[in-house]
Amino acid sequence: MSHFLDRLTFFRRETQTFSDGHGILTHEDRSWEDGYRKRWQHDKIVRSTHGVNCTGSCSWKIYVKGGIVTWETQQTDYPRTRPDLPNHEPRGCARGASYSWYLYSGARVKYPMIRGRLLKLWRAARAKLPPVAAWASIVENPEARASYTSIRGHGGLVRSTWDEVNELIGAANAYTVRKHGPDRVAGFSPIPAMSMVSYAAGARYLSLIGGVCLSFYDWYCDLPPASPQTWGEQTDVPESADWYNAGFIIVWGSNVPQTRTPDAHFYTEVRYKGTKSAVVSPDYAEATKFADIWLNPKQGTDAALALAMGHVILKEYHLDRQVPYFDDYLRRYSDMPFLVRLVERNGHLVPERMLRASDLPGALGETNNPEWKTVALDEASGDLVAPLGSIGHRWGEAAKWNLEEKDGQGRDIRLKLTLAGDGGEVEAVDFPYFGGRATEHFVATQHGEILTRNVPVRTLMAADGSQMKVATVYDLMMANYGLDRGFGGDHIATTYDDDVPFTPAWAERITGVKREAIVTVAREFATNAEKTNGRSMVIIGAAMNHWYHMDMSYRGVINLLVFCGCVGQSGGGWSHYVGQEKLRPQTGWQPLAFGLDWSRPPRQQNATSFWYAHTDQWRYETLTAGEILSPTAPEGDWDQTFIDYNVKAERMGWLPSAPQLKQNPLDIARRAKAAGREVKDYVASSLKSGELELSCHDPDHEANWPRNLFIWRSNLLGSSGKGHEYFLKHLLGTQNGVMGKDLGAEGAVRTKEVVWHEEAPKGKLDLLVTLDFRMSTTCVYSDIVLPTATWYEKNDLNTSDMHPFIHPLSAAVDPAWEARSDWDIYKGIAKAFSQVAPEVLGVEEDTVLTPILHDSAGELAQALDVKDWKTGEVEPIPGKTMPQVTVVTRDYPATYARFTALGPLMESIGNGGKGIAWKTGHEVDALRALNGVHRDGPAKGLPKIETDIDATEVILMLAPETNGEVAVKAWDALSKATGREHAHLARAKEDEKIRFRDVQAQPRKIISSPTWSGIESETVCYSAGYTNVHELIPWRTLSGRQQLYQDHLWMRAFGEGLVTWKPPVDLKTIVGHRDARPNGHTEIVLNFITPHQKWGIHSTYTDNLLMLTLNRGGPVVWVSEDDARSAGIVDNDWVEVFNANGALTARAVVSQRVMPGMMMMYHAQEKIVNTPGSELTGNRGGIHNSVTRTVLKPTHMIGGYAQLAYGFNYYGTVGSNRDEFVVIRKMNKVDWLEEPLSTAPAKEMAQ
Amino acid sequence: MSQSINAALFGWYPYLCLTVFLLGSLIRFDREQYTWKTGSSQLLRRRQLRLGSNLFHVGILVIFIGHAGGLLTPIWVFDALGISHSFKQGLAITVGGIAGVMCFVGIALLAHRRLFDPRIRANSSFGDTAILLLLWVQLTLGLSTIFISLHHMDGHEMVKFMNWAQGILTLQPSAAAYVADVSPVFKAHLLLGMTIFLVFPFTRLVHVWSAPVWYLGRTGYQVVRTRLPRSAARPATGGRTLAAVRPAAPRSFNRPAE
Repeated sequence: MSHFLDRLTFFRRETQTFSDGHGILTHEDRSWEDGYRKRWQHDKIVRSTHGVNCTGSCSWKIYVKGGIVTWETQQTDYPRTRPDLPNHEPRGCARGASYSWYLYSGARVKYPMIRGRLLKLWRAARAKLPPVAAWASIVENPEARASYTSIRGHGGLVRSTWDEVNELIGAANAYTVRKHGPDRVAGFSPIPAMSMVSYAAGARYLSLIGGVCLSFYDWYCDLPPASPQTWGEQTDVPESADWYNAGFIIVWGSNVPQTRTPDAHFYTEVRYKGTKSAVVSPDYAEATKFADIWLNPKQGTDAALALAMGHVILKEYHLDRQVPYFDDYLRRYSDMPFLVRLVERNGHLVPERMLRASDLPGALGETNNPEWKTVALDEASGDLVAPLGSIGHRWGEAAKWNLEEKDGQGRDIRLKLTLAGDGGEVEAVDFPYFGGRATEHFVATQHGEILTRNVPVRTLMAADGSQMKVATVYDLMMANYGLDRGFGGDHIATTYDDDVPFTPAWAERITGVKREAIVTVAREFATNAEKTNGRSMVIIGAAMNHWYHMDMSYRGVINLLVFCGCVGQSGGGWSHYVGQEKLRPQTGWQPLAFGLDWSRPPRQQNATSFWYAHTDQWRYETLTAGEILSPTAPEGDWDQTFIDYNVKAERMGWLPSAPQLKQNPLDIARRAKAAGREVKDYVASSLKSGELELSCHDPDHEANWPRNLFIWRSNLLGSSGKGHEYFLKHLLGTQNGVMGKDLGAEGAVRTKEVVWHEEAPKGKLDLLVTLDFRMSTTCVYSDIVLPTATWYEKNDLNTSDMHPFIHPLSAAVDPAWEARSDWDIYKGIAKAFSQVAPEVLGVEEDTVLTPILHDSAGELAQALDVKDWKTGEVEPIPGKTMPQVTVVTRDYPATYARFTALGPLMESIGNGGKGIAWKTGHEVDALRALNGVHRDGPAKGLPKIETDIDATEVILMLAPETNGEVAVKAWDALSKATGREHAHLARAKEDEKIRFRDVQAQPRKIISSPTWSGIESETVCYSAGYTNVHELIPWRTLSGRQQLYQDHLWMRAFGEGLVTWKPPVDLKTIVGHRDARPNGHTEIVLNFITPHQKWGIHSTYTDNLLMLTLNRGGPVVWVSEDDARSAGIVDNDWVEVFNANGALTARAVVSQRVMPGMMMMYHAQEKIVNTPGSELTGNRGGIHNSVTRTVLKPTHMIGGYAQLAYGFNYYGTVGSNRDEFVVIRKMNKVDWLEEPLSTAPAKEMAQ
Repeated sequence: MSQSINAALFGWYPYLCLTVFLLGSLIRFDREQYTWKTGSSQLLRRRQLRLGSNLFHVGILVIFIGHAGGLLTPIWVFDALGISHSFKQGLAITVGGIAGVMCFVGIALLAHRRLFDPRIRANSSFGDTAILLLLWVQLTLGLSTIFISLHHMDGHEMVKFMNWAQGILTLQPSAAAYVADVSPVFKAHLLLGMTIFLVFPFTRLVHVWSAPVWYLGRTGYQVVRTRLPRSAARPATGGRTLAAVRPAAPRSFNRPAE
């Protein structure tokens, strides 16, 4: 009754003791404890999830009390999938359970915020001028513009209103579209699968006004280019439940319990079933405790390890003894039987491109695309045949694109793997060897630059009557791995102990892993696959993919899987998990996201090349093509800088470009009309004549700057921005920590294609707008910060590659303070834009350039050679030798009307994806009934998309994965190409239509669709490549098979025709910085590794107090005990880590876990949390990317060539960062930089 | 000072202050349990806290005990013990003086920290700052009375305050008359002292009530509270065994809790 009276217990206080009087039992009042109980009470539970790129995609219960989210727990109601599998639950982790902290934390963005100086300028200008003119008056005045751009990141954000900021953003966009062109408005948002409507909101707005969506998967370096190279597939992997079907698992560079926490239970469970597991990890990562055997190679040497395992497997399972299952698999599902031309170079033969039907007399009877049909030998007849399924069969003819054992003429065939034993010739063939190029930090071996090995060949008569020599990929592969097949010659190994590439003994020198361990793991892996028909699996993480030569490591591993017939088999295969890349209802989502219902094509750009150019990282490039060029490279001018390569790729239509033309694309159609030409022809001829110029040739010219940038669902400047300090310096134009000098200052300008400006621009962006629910590092650097709804305050959809379910984000509570959902924010901006646009924009004709796209007929561009129109080798032909040219009509004042309606193209053209198309009018009608219809205006009669739920229904209705009727249509569409019946895979679910309220009730299993290479079934887990193997649908590659030989000219130039060992590259960022400005402490050099963390929500959310409390509450780097000792560092010391790219400050965690020579810094530790100033730069410490800079690789730029053709997030340059070395030293003085801004610039000047 | 004002300030005001002090504390304790705290700022900044707080607390505790003992102990007790008024006066000046200086230095450190450390200042309520300054002023007044007391070391002035304080506590209507002619400095000290009692329940001073003195006599190191309501938990006949108390109590008391 009364706290006071209850305490008056002097006469009846009873205490009993226990444990010899050490404990007492009391009867005092305990009602105060209810305070804690009430904390966990709730009025309702709402299903939502975390829109985060962790791949978990776990469904959560959100508890709400009095309109406040109180806490969250894991949902437990996943549908059971197959009877013999463990439940998917538990799914969730402690990091996810900490999320609700954000909603009411001090980190929350509560109101629209704007840079104060900009707001003053805007209000002053707006008092006199209409919106667009007001914006023009600010950005056209250099002084006014610099007044706010130069202080980005230094506070000064003030509160504004939605109406005001929307009008400003709309005016800035309209001005930019009119003045420079719509392709100067860009947006960066990653991973749509984590909240697809939120992604679509911004992408739809940008696409409708002609803006550019920037890719992310490649920029994050999560895209393994080896996947498109080998399979023609961005990434497709088994669901985690399929681990339970494996008999042997290698976990390779993936820290399953830490980064795949909700899936780790399958790994545990399958080990109880008896599955053996090897873990490959240089550090003692959490995953290693699952290992039966732990291999710890030196970081960055995984390819050498994989090659040695491949050596063992080829020798014992293919050469000494042929396993029937493996042999059959290679013949049917790999390019191993296909023939490769051998050409002479320096007196020896080197492998050239694959033999094509067109090379042979009569083209083997092939008339459609004979130059795109690969050739092999039939075992029975000994004839040369062009088997079905190669890319030439995919386009231009029907029903011949399949993996049946037939050739183009309908004959039954059985492909022959080797030319050995025919009594034929044997020739010496050169293979490049890069292992001697290792830097001082890695082991260089002296085997020479060229390894000449004997290979069985055959001489054929070519179509032009000349003689040519050919060999099978199989025979080349055997030679490449250094196997002794009795042909004599050098560089072959008779035993595993020979120091010859790529034996286990050779790998032991490079990786430090004992040869016996390599042999054991390889044998067990292959033996298991032999006994189980391919149930050996490799779970692989981004650790290996973030190295410059990631393709070698990945292809080394993929080869193991293909040699053992594991790809496409349940329980086997390549399980690459790096991010939530799997947007299951992709084909339903694309029209919504990219405005394909109103105009096609959208503008999409590969972000790595974009940032490389526009943050001017190319101006600091230290790596030269010569350092990575193959000694067997074909003749040609290969000595170019990487930006030159990129420019070549852009103008040949291989890679996209943004901006596209130096001239405003809104003016091109008018110019063409004035010249009386077709726009296509006009663009082609004007480019040639120089009347039009491609922007990529001069990224620093102010006509080619990106002007407006939207960032949402991302922490670009706090996390993924490799070369962070270059972003600050050149893109934002604010204080930065770049310590190196550009090549101009070094006197080392080597660019040939790109214009060099003596003075690099600083501050290319006019306006940076970020949407976030928390004040992230990116927000701090933005001009406008818009408060967005958290993951518990909006309606959206979420899928992952780790499980087969689709489930929602739901608004458990309304967005707090003035926050709005992403959908509502972009809707608001679209409305404001539509209102201000008429000041300068009406209905406009926009000329859009797009690269040659994968999965389109255009991917058959240049079959046999690479010809560049700029050098006069060939004419510029849109879509063939240069980008495709399309004119798109945009009704700018109707942008809002278009944003909120499903446009007419869905009915008039239809929908589709990955090379197939179907009609979708029926679904649009259903959406009219479901969402309602616009009664008037520019969208009259069209279905509404007013709310985020309306948007989810569009996705669910149009996607085959969530609408069984569409799935059947899609499979039927694929049947036209393959000539085989596939619809049985979806027929049973034809009536199933998943609605938003369904997934709110319970996660739903999706429906099998031809968008993906696995199936959803009651009998088999989702497994990548399953339909290729079991439905005989070809891989979308040149040969239609798994492409282990990469025959493109540029691949051969850089020595990546076959997999090989390439040591990490030398980025030279230490030179001139180590011991240059001593502070008295020892400086040591370490390799800088940035794995995913434990104490933040995936790679982005590290400012969560609950998580910070569990670690050290701020930035840390992990250092080995040995290295720490030599540098005089003890645990928890403040250290500075630096190189030419910049500097960062952190505390040292000194740990036995880490191998000497490397240092780890967990991803994305926010600069805004507990980060002191750097002694070297005088700026606040920096983020992990303060010491990195991205470097492009030419082989990733290849396009217009079957599987090597551009697709958004499918192929393109990737932002690798692990070859970086840094100097680390203890700090003398920890300065928190708490003085006011006014003194800060003085500090910069003082430097 | 007129008789009536003196009566109001030293005859009636004490009762107002004591009433508010006691009732206010009681009501706040019953109704606002979550506000019953010291509101320590140690997490925000340690600087000056350890020294300042310890000096302040040691000093003020000595002063408090001195005031309570000196004012409220009946005069006949001192007489019976043979302690002269002049000795008592001297003791009060010496001990009180030393404690007062300690307390003064401590509170100066605390006040400086509270007013000039931006982080502490931003996290201080009006009450936090006001009570600190109030105590500081009161301490200053108290210390300045020493100089007056030095003029009458025989202790007769002190007896007036003892009579007054004991008169108030024993509800004598004329108690105010005892202090009618003392120095204004004393009067100010008395008035401010009573005012501190008045504002006591509205500030962090309430933590005084909860000073952990019982901790000194604690009997066990591990405290287990029964989960059952008191009436049920209290064994009516003594026949109820501990094992029936669930589950917060350890099942067996023969081994230490795990």
